Amino acid sequence: MRTKPILLTLLTLLVCSSLMFAGTVSGKVTYTGTPAKQKPIDMGKEPSCAKQHATPVTGETVVTGPDNALENVVVYVSSGAPDDGQVPSQAVTFEQKGCQYIPHVLVMHTNQELKIVNSDQTSHNIHPLAKVNREWNKSQPPGTAPIVDKYDKPEFISVKCNVHPWMHGEFAVLSTNHYDVSKGGGDFKLPNLPPGKYTITAWHEDYGTQTADVTITGNETKDVNFTFKAKAY
Amino acid sequence: MGKFFAVTVAIIAILSAIPIVMNYWGPPADISTHGAAIDDQLHETMWEAGVSFLAAQLVLALFVWQFAGRGRNDKLKNFPGGAKWLVIAAFLFVGTEILALGVIGQKAWATVYFAAPDKDAVTVQAQAGQFAFYFRYPGPDGKFGTPRPDKIDEGNQNFFGLDPENDVASRDDIVAGELAVPVNRQVNLLMHSKDVGHSFYVRELRIQQDFVPGLDLAVHFTATKTGQYEIVCTQLCGLGHYNMKAYLNVLSQEDFDKWLKDKSAQ
Amino acid sequence: MSEAAAHHGPPQGFIRKYVFSLDHKIIGLQYYGLALVAVFVGMFLSWLMRFHLVWPNAAIPGLQLLSKVGAPGGLITPEYYLSLLTMHGTLMVFFVLTNAPFAAFGNYFLPIQIGAEDMAFPRFNMMSFWTTFVAFVVLLAAFVVPDGPPISGWTAYAPLSAIGKDAGPGLDMGQNLWGISIAIFCIASLLGSLNFIATTLDLRAKGMTLMRMPLSTWAWFVTSCIALLAFAVLLPACLLLVLDRVAGTSFFVPAGLVVSDHLQPHSGGSPLLWQHLFWFFGHPEVYIAILPAMGIVSHILINSMRKPLLSHKVVIGSMMAIGFLSYMVWGHHMFLSGMNPFSALVFSFPTLMITIPATVLTLIWLGSLYGSRLQITAASLFALGFISMFVSGGVSGFFLAQPSIDIYLHATYFVVGHFHLVMGVAAIFGVFAGTYFWMPKMTGRMMNETLGKIHFWLSFVGAYCIFMPFHYLGLAGNVRRYSSFVDDFMAPLMPVHKFITIAALCTGAAQLIFLYNLIHSRFWGPPAPVNPWNATSLEWTVPSPPPWNNFGGVHPVVYHDPYQYSVEGAKEDFIMQNSPEQVKTTVRS
Repeated sequence: MRTKPILLTLLTLLVCSSLMFAGTVSGKVTYTGTPAKQKPIDMGKEPSCAKQHATPVTGETVVTGPDNALENVVVYVSSGAPDDGQVPSQAVTFEQKGCQYIPHVLVMHTNQELKIVNSDQTSHNIHPLAKVNREWNKSQPPGTAPIVDKYDKPEFISVKCNVHPWMHGEFAVLSTNHYDVSKGGGDFKLPNLPPGKYTITAWHEDYGTQTADVTITGNETKDVNFTFKAKAY
Repeated sequence: MGKFFAVTVAIIAILSAIPIVMNYWGPPADISTHGAAIDDQLHETMWEAGVSFLAAQLVLALFVWQFAGRGRNDKLKNFPGGAKWLVIAAFLFVGTEILALGVIGQKAWATVYFAAPDKDAVTVQAQAGQFAFYFRYPGPDGKFGTPRPDKIDEGNQNFFGLDPENDVASRDDIVAGELAVPVNRQVNLLMHSKDVGHSFYVRELRIQQDFVPGLDLAVHFTATKTGQYEIVCTQLCGLGHYNMKAYLNVLSQEDFDKWLKDKSAQ
Repeated sequence: MSEAAAHHGPPQGFIRKYVFSLDHKIIGLQYYGLALVAVFVGMFLSWLMRFHLVWPNAAIPGLQLLSKVGAPGGLITPEYYLSLLTMHGTLMVFFVLTNAPFAAFGNYFLPIQIGAEDMAFPRFNMMSFWTTFVAFVVLLAAFVVPDGPPISGWTAYAPLSAIGKDAGPGLDMGQNLWGISIAIFCIASLLGSLNFIATTLDLRAKGMTLMRMPLSTWAWFVTSCIALLAFAVLLPACLLLVLDRVAGTSFFVPAGLVVSDHLQPHSGGSPLLWQHLFWFFGHPEVYIAILPAMGIVSHILINSMRKPLLSHKVVIGSMMAIGFLSYMVWGHHMFLSGMNPFSALVFSFPTLMITIPATVLTLIWLGSLYGSRLQITAASLFALGFISMFVSGGVSGFFLAQPSIDIYLHATYFVVGHFHLVMGVAAIFGVFAGTYFWMPKMTGRMMNETLGKIHFWLSFVGAYCIFMPFHYLGLAGNVRRYSSFVDDFMAPLMPVHKFITIAALCTGAAQLIFLYNLIHSRFWGPPAPVNPWNATSLEWTVPSPPPWNNFGGVHPVVYHDPYQYSVEGAKEDFIMQNSPEQVKTTVRS
């Protein structure tokens, strides 16, 4: 029994030291070329949703920012960092609001709890088109409890609502906690990487994946940028 | 007890007829050129069926009232004329109705299905899919792009499977979630199903037609009154069937042209 | 003539006597019991649907135990509503309306009414019940598979039913079970109807000519001819559907379908093929449900009126005409299906024609009531109620038979009102009439007449309150098979829906009176005499309940037409068919 506190202390030391000597990978995701124009969504069939948007919202497959920044790109450590196996205890939430998915791309760890909430006045059905994981398809009437689920294998899963066919989101189920999703400026940041060799993967739902290898030697920040080729159509 | 039955049947029969006679929940006003023929036929059938219904129920009530509870000492009587005249009556009465309605009905049906669409009809393609309707207009070039099922990408708003990269005709196609049509002009609706069976039903238009997967059909109509009407799906198509709907917007020719222009610009 | 008993001796032991029995009477009771279970399950499902339609946000406590996914927290999801709808329709049409009036009463009384000791093929008979039972279990199993019961309706239109889980929940294992269950049911019905036909043609007692058969037997005979052809088409249709689902064939699925973003790996099939095959069965099925009820009601009315119908031959001829025409009208379910619009007119004509024999039957029943000595019993009330319901459900058929009116009324609640009255309520009223009339023979105990009459009044008024307003909803264009009415034009119709739901809950609850009466009288009712209704046909010549070989080894001899009531010069006001009493009988018209 006495070994337990010692082990714990050692472990804490190890974690602290790795944090102390942790590197960071950061950078920007951009595109070249002209991306297809995102068309406005016609929500006419669902007036309760249509009236939530003063101006019609557009599709979110390709979301760009200033200076060719590309949003909604999942950047994660695909190899090099041994999966610490720590499943975050906090659930991730996927919200249906105004007949759109918030967030459009939701990243979660394998076996992390996923909570799906319907904030609309209408029934949605949630149909994640999983191929590796178990596929399911459930309705969620307004005012019902959140649907709680989890995925046990890494996979990028398209999510759709058959009732509102324009609704489209993505689940990125990863086996790592080192990930980020590019935001408005296309920026991402993967902190707390202990020294080692890594492969960083950037994934975009329409433009595919790109990888880059980096080596972290100590307490440093490495710049990695990704550039995707936009599709005109 | 027999008299009680007779009274109950009579009351039920009369009560049943009241909402129909008073037209509490009747069909909405017709807004099509062919609908009047359908309404006439519905009306005529309602009369004939209604009279038959009331007559049969009331005769049942009358005979039960009169003959229930009679004992062994009461004389048995046979219906005057017997079975022969009843059979003849059935043939004559129902036969006439069949011939009358069959002839008129043919006319109403024929205007919807046997006449070819006008040459200057507005052509719109309607596509039904789980669980929404989408409508496609050929755009300024007057030509529809060729849909390719493998290109369908609903999340990316490509509901018809258009391929603008390779198919020039599809680039200016207008896709909308509502069906906008000009008033008093014939519309030829090309019907295509993306996945399972659906149906196109507009009460005011007196139009209902199934979408059959793998079989493209066409139906034509002329709307005579501007306004917004509901298009609903009437063929069980899955969990979202009840919420599969769209709006029909009947616009003046100017408004329709403007609508097309605005949609084109998007 | 009656040699069936040679097939089997008296049953030995509980299992042989009551479970795997070869005795047509036990098998008839087994069918009745199965239909009774199915009808209460089916009714319960309709309660859930009606409840959900008018109180969509009210949870039903405990319903989550039935399906955690379909009814989370007791709230019915849209897909579970469709599951309930599919199971309600399938249970009611197959396991109630086919089983109760045809298989249950037919099995019990057809052999006795023609003076036979058993069915022609007792082993087939046992097999047909137990096959039906397997079909029932397979169907109910859909409730416990993870994905839940199918959602494609009892008509299982392809390709929704044929492409699997992409198309929605319940369309995976649940739909497979549905297809397999119905295929098994078809086999059972084929065995059963073959048996009925062979028995009727081969095993009639001496003197029992075809025209001396009671009208109930005639109805079962005509029905079995219809069933033989109808189920023979549904069986391969279901097999092809299951093959499309599990073996990758494409009988009903065309190329290029994109369901839930998946391009389906099928090509060359036709959705219309399924509809043709299904309705080629489906329309005759309506008459499989209603013809036996017509026969039963005629049989009971004659007894209650103490006089035969105006014409025995015309009634038989009308039933045969209905059976014959029933094969030429299936297309009226498909006026708007995309088949050639010209064929709609062709199908419309025989559909309207079928009104003629139906009108003839109605006029004969009404005309026969004239001048009768009508005795009001629970059985005769239900028989009279049947006529009223049959008329009400029948006239609405006149609308739907016309393609141009069908453009407006198709797939609305008008159709729901129509078929529930004519094939649902009317057929069930026939079954109730048969139950109050024959249960004394089947159990040896009289049923309680007062409770029976209360049951009638509540059911009669209740059924009208439920199903008549459906027609009004249909005229307003209210679409059927919607789990919730989100369309603007349907909102003003909600009060009508509320009225219907309340009526349905009350009328359903009134059926518990029937259940109580049935169970109570089975054990504690007064013993039934041999012939409590002073009836004439052969089932009233044997003890209540009849011994295993019906006539105790004696071969009955028939001397008379089936309905010798109030014959002048006779000792009683009725002459049994096997009575050698010689009187100048009236000439049969």
